[in-house]
Amino acid sequence: MDATLGDAVSEAIEDIEIPLLLEALYRRYHYDFRHYARASIKRRLHQAREQLGFASFSAMQDAILQDPAMVPRMLNYLTVQVSDMFRDPSYFRAIRETVIPHLRTYPSLKMWIAGCSNGEEVHSFAILLREEGLLDRTMLYATDINPAALAAASAGVYPLDRIKAFTTNHQRSGGKSSLSDYYTAAYGRAVFDKSLRSRVVFSDHSLVTDAVFAECQLISCRNVMIYFDRPLQDRAIGLFRDSLPRRGFLGLGSKESLRFSEHNRAFTEFVSDERIYQRNDQ
Amino acid sequence: MAIGASAGAIQALSRILPELPEQYRIPILIVVHVPADGSDLPQLFRTKCRLAVKEAEDKEPILPGTIYFAPPDYHLLVEPDRTISLSLDAPVLYSRPSIDVLFESAADAYGADLTGIILTGANEDGADGLVAVAQAGGVALVEDPAEAFAKAMPSGALARCPQATRLSLDAITARLLAIEAS
Repeated sequence: MDATLGDAVSEAIEDIEIPLLLEALYRRYHYDFRHYARASIKRRLHQAREQLGFASFSAMQDAILQDPAMVPRMLNYLTVQVSDMFRDPSYFRAIRETVIPHLRTYPSLKMWIAGCSNGEEVHSFAILLREEGLLDRTMLYATDINPAALAAASAGVYPLDRIKAFTTNHQRSGGKSSLSDYYTAAYGRAVFDKSLRSRVVFSDHSLVTDAVFAECQLISCRNVMIYFDRPLQDRAIGLFRDSLPRRGFLGLGSKESLRFSEHNRAFTEFVSDERIYQRNDQ
Repeated sequence: MAIGASAGAIQALSRILPELPEQYRIPILIVVHVPADGSDLPQLFRTKCRLAVKEAEDKEPILPGTIYFAPPDYHLLVEPDRTISLSLDAPVLYSRPSIDVLFESAADAYGADLTGIILTGANEDGADGLVAVAQAGGVALVEDPAEAFAKAMPSGALARCPQATRLSLDAITARLLAIEAS
């Protein structure tokens, strides 16, 4: 067999192995990546296989099935991504300038940060709400499927070398205070004030397999659904639709949209450049 | 068809893309290394090209006669069903978008139907991707480093991927027209 044919064959074998591995992870542990966009998940699985030192995906699948300790390691490869506080400052500026005036009219507020990863976004929202005088009457739900990410998010500790970017973003977002008011620096780390998290409930929730849990006036789910295939995106957007009251807000990532979704008629563009939508009557 | 370029990309692409006729059907996916707040390449090329030019959007189907640019700060991937995915996974060789990420996923999706082209650039992103294109049976083309504005990227690709053909920009353009005609 020549080398080119050999590579083509091993490619084809991977295309058998990867769906089987994802099925195993689901059947054994109920983590469902079967409808994640295949090209991205394949890259992440390749990284996991190389770094964990398995000869094949089948060997890695066997280890996953036999050893529950493999699960957190797999989740770290398959889910975690680094974000910044106030990532896309213009998004937070639009929330502050155009969405907050509407939210201010409610006596109490609920917000959902879906796919909160290590908590950069939920801390950003808590700071913005504190600046706008709304934090005390808001309940924030920060959800993710990865327990390690939820633990990191609820600890609120970030490497100090990331603070410069966070601070620049915060200023560009129209921040009314200094970011340094909210953290203490020690031993190369920035520890964010726990009062920011006093109104946050961190919870395990899957957009793939779980249901609606609360009515929220604002849902922010950014750069999570780009990892889903289209049917799964529709499931998640359906959850958001059913969680939002009429005139509730949905914020997506800067390269995400509802244009290709079957639910797009249930939403109206509110700030189209920032991918902020409002639930309508449909 | 997938094209990757970095330093000097705009000049090199300006020699190729405007030469493609209105009837050109093969979709073209392009990764250029640009800063996260970088310039609007689709806007720039829209005025120069006869084909439709756009920034790639997540989950959109890849259509004939269209040139897609990766958005700044996102990886561009091709799914097996030949739709587009974007991702914010970590940079590869300090690059996001990464040429390797596009080429490897496109090689999976298109196999022997894919042509991968590495143009001018100052780092070695794209070399592994071009190997993936060749291994899947696709056509691997590289701008001749002797005429490239920055040589590291085409030289790196040629060193890593011996099956690749080294061509001038004019010869690459001629090949693209010939592939369409065949």
